[in-house]
Amino acid sequence: MSQETHGPVDSVTGVTTTGHSWDEIQELNNPLPRWWLWTFYASIIWAAAYCVAYPAWPLVSSYTKGVLSWHSREAIETDLADLKSLRAGMTAKLAETPLEQVGQDAELFTFARAQGKAAFGDNCAPCHGAGGAGAKGYPNLNDDDWLWGGNLAQIEQTIRHGARSTSDQGHQGSMPAFGREGMLKRQEISQVADFVRSLSGLPVDQGADLAAGAKIFADNCAACHGDKGQGNQDLGAPNLSDQIWLFGSSKTAIMEGLHNGRGGVMPAWQGRLDDTTIKALTLYVHSLGGGRAE
Amino acid sequence: MADSPLAGHLPSKTVDEADEQPLYVSRKKIYPQAVKGRFRTIKWAVLFVALGIYYFLPFVRWDRGPHAPNQAILVDLANSRFYFFFIEIWPQEVYYITGLLILAALVLFLMNAVAGRIWCGYLCPQTVWTDLFYAVERLIEGDRRERTRRTKEKATLEIFTLKLLKHSIWLLIAWWTGGAWVLYFADAPTLVGQLLTFQAPPIAYIWIGILTFTTYTLAGFMREQVCTYMCPWPRIQAALTDEYALNVTYRYDRGEPRGSMKKNDALKKQGAPAGDCIDCNQCVAVCPTGIDIRDGLQLDCIQCGLCIDACNTVMAKIGRPENLIAYDTEMNVQARIEGRPEVRRVVRPRTLLYAGLIALVGAIMVAALATRHTTDLSVMHDRNPVFVRLSDGAIRNGFTIRVSNKNLEERRYALGVDGLQDARLDIVGGQLDPQGRPMVVVGPDQTLEARVLVTAGDAKHPSSTALRFTLTDIASGETAYANDHFMAP
Repeated sequence: MSQETHGPVDSVTGVTTTGHSWDEIQELNNPLPRWWLWTFYASIIWAAAYCVAYPAWPLVSSYTKGVLSWHSREAIETDLADLKSLRAGMTAKLAETPLEQVGQDAELFTFARAQGKAAFGDNCAPCHGAGGAGAKGYPNLNDDDWLWGGNLAQIEQTIRHGARSTSDQGHQGSMPAFGREGMLKRQEISQVADFVRSLSGLPVDQGADLAAGAKIFADNCAACHGDKGQGNQDLGAPNLSDQIWLFGSSKTAIMEGLHNGRGGVMPAWQGRLDDTTIKALTLYVHSLGGGRAE
Repeated sequence: MADSPLAGHLPSKTVDEADEQPLYVSRKKIYPQAVKGRFRTIKWAVLFVALGIYYFLPFVRWDRGPHAPNQAILVDLANSRFYFFFIEIWPQEVYYITGLLILAALVLFLMNAVAGRIWCGYLCPQTVWTDLFYAVERLIEGDRRERTRRTKEKATLEIFTLKLLKHSIWLLIAWWTGGAWVLYFADAPTLVGQLLTFQAPPIAYIWIGILTFTTYTLAGFMREQVCTYMCPWPRIQAALTDEYALNVTYRYDRGEPRGSMKKNDALKKQGAPAGDCIDCNQCVAVCPTGIDIRDGLQLDCIQCGLCIDACNTVMAKIGRPENLIAYDTEMNVQARIEGRPEVRRVVRPRTLLYAGLIALVGAIMVAALATRHTTDLSVMHDRNPVFVRLSDGAIRNGFTIRVSNKNLEERRYALGVDGLQDARLDIVGGQLDPQGRPMVVVGPDQTLEARVLVTAGDAKHPSSTALRFTLTDIASGETAYANDHFMAP
């Protein structure tokens, strides 16, 4: 060892070498830079202090907690509380402003829409899509067709209590399974399906008996969907004469609905979301484009 | 080297020495001596002006009306605005800053082409603050002679007191440097009050701390090492310079062979070659980077001209002509040796190019600023859903528009759309102007985001139709446009 550290002196630099030689290339024995050494020592001290102060070492079934008892959960809760207090003023204002009047305050409306958009992304997007575009069986919230009504109060009611949900105040009413329950024969189902397609001007099968379909419709369907198939929002019965189809407009899709019945479920959000969030969601959904004034 | 007209006249010994120099050298502490003269005076003047601007500019006021801050230069990070006298820059206009940086680089190039590293010698912050710190050191610990002597003496209470005093003043300057920095980011008088009562935001203290530390270490301890080892400019500059650029030059045609006054006078009388340089080493003594300019142009030389002042003082004393060291070019030295006339050529392709580019970029910037719109419209198409079919078969597209009102009063804009037949435009939650057009109201110096729906009848539409949104200030008629598309099945 001593031979290595006090090796021969390099003639060019005047520095001792370590004595190592690779293909006659000598390794100079320059010391480590002092600033580097001190940084290294400081890191060791820092690491030790860190282990004492903060959670650091895993144990068999737990871990060392550190004397500062710092916890990531608390940090998150502090952040959330900060955020809440930051929004407190606007949140309080939103809470006390009646739903119909929020739109008159541009700043409050922007705040409500932003909060509603965030809540929509967290809670509604899995079924209705990130932009509320819906999917087969999940209504598109951007269009002007509403199963349970599209004014602010109706949208709020739907969000709050859901449809066919566990809530007593939720919307009820579903499409019976005419085929499975034996109320209509297969041929009758085909006839009424053709008639329903004709209601919104869709082409029907050649030789379809629309008169027979109309009769079946009047006897079985008009009670909910109306004489002209214009729907009934109290029962959540869709308008069959427009261009919007929740489960598809093909004859197969319509016959499938007639045979098995339909009854999509929307959960009740009261109790899961606070009132202000429901309010913000209502305003957001209403502002997507399909919201009705009355 | 052999092809160069200067071959054989460059001080070749330094080149040989450089080859033998070790790659690692311990630092040699430098004790620059005080000097008086023309360039020293210029340096003092630049120092006072530059530091004066830096330290006091945040306190300059600029009236912008009731809604805007009245600080002439303010980087308002909280509200994403940058104020520079009459200019107000929004985040999306950051290209003005890019333009300024390009201009700065070009000015640096032009300076270099005309007068070498004049930036390094007079204007660079590292030079200015190091110069100031040296001045403090000289004031407290004495000039070169005293400081050199003291390093060999034993530590006494007196030396300790002097050092303490020096470092205190250094820290005070460094602290003020950091303090002035943060004043550019908030209302200066308010922030000064907050800083004094410890009410300022923590980030202000953190930045003051960082800049106090960097100023203290860079100007107090690292000094010329920053220029030699850390700064890239001398290395870039070496590639940009040419033989016409003015550099601090030892006129070896006149100075060599150097020798003591008596010896050289005697030689001259005999008609033997003898130079004007009396080898007094004053040029080395005053150099803030500790080099010998007589070795020729070198990386460490910041070209501050202090050696010129020192040499001129000596020349005046011994009654020889001034400017043995001067701002000159290697070309001229060469010309004098060969008996050709000196050449001074400031106008050359290089300087014309830089000046032209500066004029061009400057003109673009001025034009951009002059025609800067005070209204900005951007439109984003809904992605989900791309379009919606309504119950009557009509097709509707949703858009998010963003309107920026850069004026300092509230403005009302009418929104229209072109490019689609029988298109209907609605702004969600919006109002109508007296003519029945959809309207948005944007507050002073604010941005408004609104949801816009464009509906077209149930006729067959192509899957994509170009749309143009038009935003018109109802009062002034100023119009902004944004292009997008109408999507259909």
